[in-house]
Amino acid sequence: MGRYIVKRVLLAIVTILAICAITFFLMHAVPGGPFNREKALSQATIDALNARYNLDKPLFTQFIMYMKGLLRGDFGVSLKNGREISAIIGESFPISARLGLMAMLVALICGTVFGSLAALTRNKLPDRVIVFFSTLFTAVPSFVLATLLLLVFCIRLGWVPVWDANSTNYILPVISLSAYPMAYITRLSKTSMLDALGQDYVRTARAKGVSKTKLIFKHALRNSLIPVITYAGPQIAYIITGSMVVETIFTIGGMGGKFVSAINNRDYTLIMATTIFLASLMVVATLVCDLLYKVVDPRIQYD
Amino acid sequence: MENNSVPKKRPFSLQLDLSKFEPATEEEKRQQDVMSKSTTFFRDGMRRLLKNPLAVASLIVLLLVIATIVIAPMIVPYGYEEILSVNGRRDKGAKNLTPFEYSTAEKKYIAQGNSRFPHIFGTDEQCRDYFIRVVYGARVSLFVGFFASIIVLIIGMLIGSISGYVGGRVDLIIMRIVDIIYSLPDMLMVILLSVVLKEVLTFKTGSVLASLGTNMISMFIVFGALYWVGMCRLIRGQILSIRENDYVLAAKSIGAGSARIIRKHILPNCLSVIIISTALQIPSAIFTESYLSFIGLGVSAPMPSLGSLANAARQGLQSYPYKLIFPAAAICLIVLSLNLLGDGMRDAFDPKLRR
Repeated sequence: MGRYIVKRVLLAIVTILAICAITFFLMHAVPGGPFNREKALSQATIDALNARYNLDKPLFTQFIMYMKGLLRGDFGVSLKNGREISAIIGESFPISARLGLMAMLVALICGTVFGSLAALTRNKLPDRVIVFFSTLFTAVPSFVLATLLLLVFCIRLGWVPVWDANSTNYILPVISLSAYPMAYITRLSKTSMLDALGQDYVRTARAKGVSKTKLIFKHALRNSLIPVITYAGPQIAYIITGSMVVETIFTIGGMGGKFVSAINNRDYTLIMATTIFLASLMVVATLVCDLLYKVVDPRIQYD
Repeated sequence: MENNSVPKKRPFSLQLDLSKFEPATEEEKRQQDVMSKSTTFFRDGMRRLLKNPLAVASLIVLLLVIATIVIAPMIVPYGYEEILSVNGRRDKGAKNLTPFEYSTAEKKYIAQGNSRFPHIFGTDEQCRDYFIRVVYGARVSLFVGFFASIIVLIIGMLIGSISGYVGGRVDLIIMRIVDIIYSLPDMLMVILLSVVLKEVLTFKTGSVLASLGTNMISMFIVFGALYWVGMCRLIRGQILSIRENDYVLAAKSIGAGSARIIRKHILPNCLSVIIISTALQIPSAIFTESYLSFIGLGVSAPMPSLGSLANAARQGLQSYPYKLIFPAAAICLIVLSLNLLGDGMRDAFDPKLRR
């Protein structure tokens, strides 16, 4: 167990380092320095700016300095508006995190409920309806769903006000973010629930007269949740990706929206910082989920 | 028979009384013949696939889509970047027409006794026929999905078979690299690479690569660089188990080389797994492409893709919602039928993989 944890943590650290290196060197491969503006600057100004931001040093030294800055939580400044990137992340990340967590919770809860329901009513009407919708929603990209929801509920019906900076109405973004993972978790938990219901211990429990509710909740459901946990870790990646377009569509000032606008503005330092931040977050989330998985299911081999 | 009339040596022995048996007739002997005709792997899989109504339905839908995107550009007289004109003059009234609507100039033109091809999906804000744009968008999406999967397949197969077959230190190094790439958040890396490659790549104008456009090339590079790891792991695992089989040992003992063993013995045996995961890779590549196009990193400007069409439709969402509906429905239809077909193929070609 200990060896496994050490191995996984080391792999995660190497991955994060790789992400930082890839991001840094790729971004510096882009032609044109950060001070290429429409208005040409004098050579002296450029030299002064390069010296100020250490851009005159060799690339590798710059990388080391950047990494040192990262360790102190210093992501540098945005190329476009000169703001501290750590401040930008500090104000936009909580919004994204709240949105993502809500979507994740909705997906997990509804997914397991629908999946179990489908497994319990196998080949009957509820099962067929659930399977139909879960298959359908795995084929709908979140940006399509988000735009359609915006069109129908905000513009046509006017039930939900269009999002503005102070709004706390997360219904539509959460629905559009959680639809795909919910559909996937539904399919996943249906198969694992069917699997659990066919196990010997469930038959034994039924034979000794355990009530149906207790059988489902205590014996079958708990065991069927294990694959869902493994899925939840990498799913965070999907939520973050999806939230980029969803935040852009609903004009939410979260990290996803910031990332997309940084791409459109070619704000390289912001792209770099956001990538490193989000990527490290995903790696850590996956790691935690994997370790948790081993704790929940002691049958898993540690190698 | 006298043999049977012999009294049993031991009371409990199983000595058969042959007089109770009679020889089989010719007809009865024939019943023992093998009932089903021998089939090949492919034919057997296809038979099972064609029994699955969902898979057949999605196959038909896909064939229809492919037929449409092949035939439509030949029938529809408009180009995907052609700004509509009547009698050689630019038709300024043909902006944002609803499906099957004609502009004033076109109505006059028809009233003069000429025929004009209808705008099945209307036109966009730059006076271009929207139907042909959606058709080309679907073309681009399917093209990207298909070729990306092929690239992933080739790279993954090559590295995976080397890693699995050679083993030892080579395998160890390759697997560590695979582990790291596997734990990279793919979408972020895809976005990052697309941003950079879009700036870095330049091609000579007029070459084949240039006509594809930098964005398309960078998308293929990105897919090739990141998504091969899944295929590589899969093939390595397959090879590790197949390598231990006796027929591989037999081939080795009569002096077959590694390349021949991989080609002739190992790859055909993991063919089903390869086909299935390639088939399931296509819709996910289409998904990724439409995301990239949606955030403006997909195919280059005049060339439409379903994702960029959906993105462009957001501008006039309130007045022209059908401009979103058509490309969105196309993405959903294509991805849905590819998913269902892939699932059907998984069930038909490899029952072991069924979940």
